[in-house]
Amino acid sequence: MDPALVEFLLRMGDNALVLGQRVAGWTGHAPVIEEDLALTNVALDLIGQSRLWLAYAGECEGRGRSDDALAYFRDAHEFRNVLLVERPNGNYADTMGRQFLFDAWHLELLRALAASRDARVSGIAQKAEREVAYHVRRSGDWVIRLGDGTEKSHGLMQAALDELWPYTGELFRSDDVDRALAAQGIACELESLRDAWSRRVDGVLAEATLARPKDGWMHSGGRSGRHSEHLSYVLAEMQSVPRAVPAERW
Amino acid sequence: MPATVTTADVWAWLGQVPDPEIPVISVVDLGIVREVAWTHDDGAQTLRVTITPTYSGCPATRVIERDIEAALREHGVERVALDVRLAPPWTTDWLSAEGREKLRAYGIAPPERAAAVACPRCASLDVEPISWFGSTPCKALYRCKSCREPFDHFKCH
Repeated sequence: MDPALVEFLLRMGDNALVLGQRVAGWTGHAPVIEEDLALTNVALDLIGQSRLWLAYAGECEGRGRSDDALAYFRDAHEFRNVLLVERPNGNYADTMGRQFLFDAWHLELLRALAASRDARVSGIAQKAEREVAYHVRRSGDWVIRLGDGTEKSHGLMQAALDELWPYTGELFRSDDVDRALAAQGIACELESLRDAWSRRVDGVLAEATLARPKDGWMHSGGRSGRHSEHLSYVLAEMQSVPRAVPAERW
Repeated sequence: MPATVTTADVWAWLGQVPDPEIPVISVVDLGIVREVAWTHDDGAQTLRVTITPTYSGCPATRVIERDIEAALREHGVERVALDVRLAPPWTTDWLSAEGREKLRAYGIAPPERAAAVACPRCASLDVEPISWFGSTPCKALYRCKSCREPFDHFKCH
């Protein structure tokens, strides 16, 4: 077993799982039916992707844990998602801002991973890349529509961006796990994704008449299990049923 | 297992297994059945069917796997092994020409990589998207500005 590979796979799976669970929280509450469908479909894609990553993580770990076991029976400090995805849904600008900043990064990451020397990583990444390319078109459209909309929507979108921006630093900061896997050609160093991400974000913000927040102090810790207070609430909701009746099956 | 069953027979049988969410097309039309082969596992003949799922989160995937197994058993195949192949990823380019026509006749505009989306009812190109996502992961919602009817579009993927 390669502990770095397991760690990396958990990060990929947890990013998709936590954001999928967050987005699924809108189901039945979206402002219009089309958005309800869209959010639910995006959540489904992400949760489906997380199953692929977590199943592989469980196999590599070799302790017999399935994707479900990893999703439902780990506590917050064992989750490896970036802090950005556990940010609360807030208003629609908060949700779409979070989605866009993540999607734009996720897409570049998946493109890099599609060239992984690990065939399974490459296969999952190629599959997810197509789905995420669609997600980022939509989330970018919403940032533009809200930013270049009414005075009120513009204000909310700018406020959301300002609030979320300090969570983007973590997306581009490699640690020993990333460096070890990059050296083996399995994953990549996160700094290498920044330029392409910035180009896409700047293009959308310009069209949306929004100001790019200044890079200042950045939050970090999610990728090594140090989370904000929000994650435990997300997990409590997601995990309560399987934990109440662990042997139950659909 | 009757030795007379060829892989062509199996393809024909699978061509009768409907997609659970869009039952006018089969799992073969959809392009998710990638390979059918007889293998010798533990001295017995096993039919290996390789499928490539559509969207990661498509809830129909498991139903499709079950339906394929059930159909093959109905035809007397006792040992079936389903292999899931992720790469290369599924694409709507794999939809059969027949499948595309069946979709159109059913009222779903098929995916067109090169051409514009056309209304499946009146063939008008004067259409507009209403929603990027529809009732299943593979579809988007459109409206025809000529005949005023809404319709599903099978997204290019």
